[in-house]
Amino acid sequence: MLKIDLKTCNLCGLCEKSCPFGAIAAGGEAVEVDERCTLCGACVNVCPQAALSIARRKASAEELAGYRGVFVWAECEENAGRLIPRRVVRELITHGRRLADRLGQKLKAVALGDGRMAGLESLCHQGADQVIVCRHDLLGRYSTDGFTTALAAVVAKEKPAVILFGATPDGRDLAPRVAARLRLGLTADCTGLEIDDQGQLVQTRPAFGGNIMASIVTPYTRPQAATVRPNVFPAAAPDPGRPVAIVDFPVTLSKASIRTRVVEEIPAPEQGEKIEEARILVSAGRGCGEASNLDLVRSLARRLGGAMAGSRAIVELGWIPHTLQVGQSGTTVGPDLYVAVGISGAVQHVVGMSSSKKIIAINKDPDAPIFKVADLGIVGDAAAILPKLLAELKTAAA
Amino acid sequence: MKIVVCVKQVPEVTTVRVNPETGTLIREGVASILNPFCEYALDLAVRLKAGGTGIDITAVTMGPPQAEAALMRCLELGADRAVLVSDRKFAGADTWATALTLAAVIRRAVPGFDLILVGKQAIDGDTAQVGPEVAEILGLPQIMYGVELTLTPNRRRVRVTRECETGHEVLEARLPALVSASKGEALRRMPSLADVLAARGRPIEKVTAADLDLTEAELGLSGSFTQVVKVFPPAPKEGSRKVEGLEPAAAAREIAAFLRLEGFL
Repeated sequence: MLKIDLKTCNLCGLCEKSCPFGAIAAGGEAVEVDERCTLCGACVNVCPQAALSIARRKASAEELAGYRGVFVWAECEENAGRLIPRRVVRELITHGRRLADRLGQKLKAVALGDGRMAGLESLCHQGADQVIVCRHDLLGRYSTDGFTTALAAVVAKEKPAVILFGATPDGRDLAPRVAARLRLGLTADCTGLEIDDQGQLVQTRPAFGGNIMASIVTPYTRPQAATVRPNVFPAAAPDPGRPVAIVDFPVTLSKASIRTRVVEEIPAPEQGEKIEEARILVSAGRGCGEASNLDLVRSLARRLGGAMAGSRAIVELGWIPHTLQVGQSGTTVGPDLYVAVGISGAVQHVVGMSSSKKIIAINKDPDAPIFKVADLGIVGDAAAILPKLLAELKTAAA
Repeated sequence: MKIVVCVKQVPEVTTVRVNPETGTLIREGVASILNPFCEYALDLAVRLKAGGTGIDITAVTMGPPQAEAALMRCLELGADRAVLVSDRKFAGADTWATALTLAAVIRRAVPGFDLILVGKQAIDGDTAQVGPEVAEILGLPQIMYGVELTLTPNRRRVRVTRECETGHEVLEARLPALVSASKGEALRRMPSLADVLAARGRPIEKVTAADLDLTEAELGLSGSFTQVVKVFPPAPKEGSRKVEGLEPAAAAREIAAFLRLEGFL
């Protein structure tokens, strides 16, 4: 329960303002908490006197069994003035459906946003039994504080057994905040998620740049929380015949509780298709020799109807912006076809593209590690091969 | 103004062995470096210090005794103080237990801190979780993926240019706050001989479990919410084919044939 140390409390009232449920009254000579408190922890975080605390202990099996359902954070993105669920959400719902069925429990998507949210019924078509929606003007744009408070409120109240986040930039920002607020175990970048015979979530992830895989369980805390990289689980085709259930979850948020503000946006030059979503990617590495050879890579991408990307090495050389970087510190991609041109295939790169369906690699070094993951490996000079390939494809088209 | 930089020592090569009993990683015997993203975080701090007076940088790391080497490098690169958080009781900590310990250390060793800098992720575990967890435990606003950092003239707020999916954006937060560092313009510098010699004279402060306001049940493996149950090598790719010694034109025909066969043309 929520403990208030009235000796250190100075009745400043910030806890009352921070509570998403209006469960705290700070006035007169005391701070009072009523039954609406869900132990979401929003107040503990804002108290300047550190007078609030929540005693949490490792739960017993019966307590753990009280947590039911698989939740997916339905991260939305801007699209033509609307906020619609991202593609990774479809992937998580597809896999979350399997987990929920195995547990015999419900699958719910939680969407946070403002009045511009749209297309939420698609989450049910994808496999969710219900969509929980927090609509608030202060959730129109991602902020760590606003989203943590709202999502922790939902999770504390609804008590799911599992919550999944896409390991997107904002997902990696949000998941550890929510987990720490609710004192939850959290596993990053899972590539496998299964339910074992005890009903526990077994989370498998690569470590040490993909050199080893580790299976991880969260025995004492619920919900079991995990982030999953985009393009790891394939999304099933949506079924428009599935029933749609959308429920509102009201939260109160104050402007003052969001402690960061955006002062300026500096968009990168328009690059066309997002590499995360491209079906075909032609990706360049340092083995392309010089920046001018990127034109060949770009031409090949265009000829194949795909997008261009690159390795960290050429981002650091300044040849392409970081938004096009594939790999551990860039974007994880999983296109139908990935052509690695002059990329040696350091583990940090490979973990970001190894779930591609077909991989072609061109590299001068016959021992380059990229060949281990390639379906077709060509040992040779990309700068010499690409012009011939473009010519070959031109003849093929004619 | 007090800046804390949390750093991690990571294996240089990714040759990893696993303890078959505990399923945890054996780090002994592998060459170690300061995690590059931690070095960028330190670089951001050092740049702030170069641009203003009265800035004091404390590097903190939690790890085995040999993690002292990573702190030594921090001192060489411009940190004023270094704190080694080391105790067998911390062993096996997951990100939560690590964050809880680091937060307790920061409160104790750098009371009244203004800014915490961390790397956006470590190159061994890649979880990127400890920074935000520390921020949540200490009740701080956070800005992730920073590449440039300035203070407002009254030093009450930090302004951070950070990477985002559409390019970059500039965020502001009031202090104290936590900022994670991405690559950006930051450099992995080589310290000068004078810096190396100066660093040698400076002590590395030691913190053990007994110094912290935490119970043993909150530390290390017993304080961890997640447990590694199995460690195994990834499955190798099947059906891989490598062609060597072809003329460029023949190589091009080989690729075109593959594209046609797989239906990409």
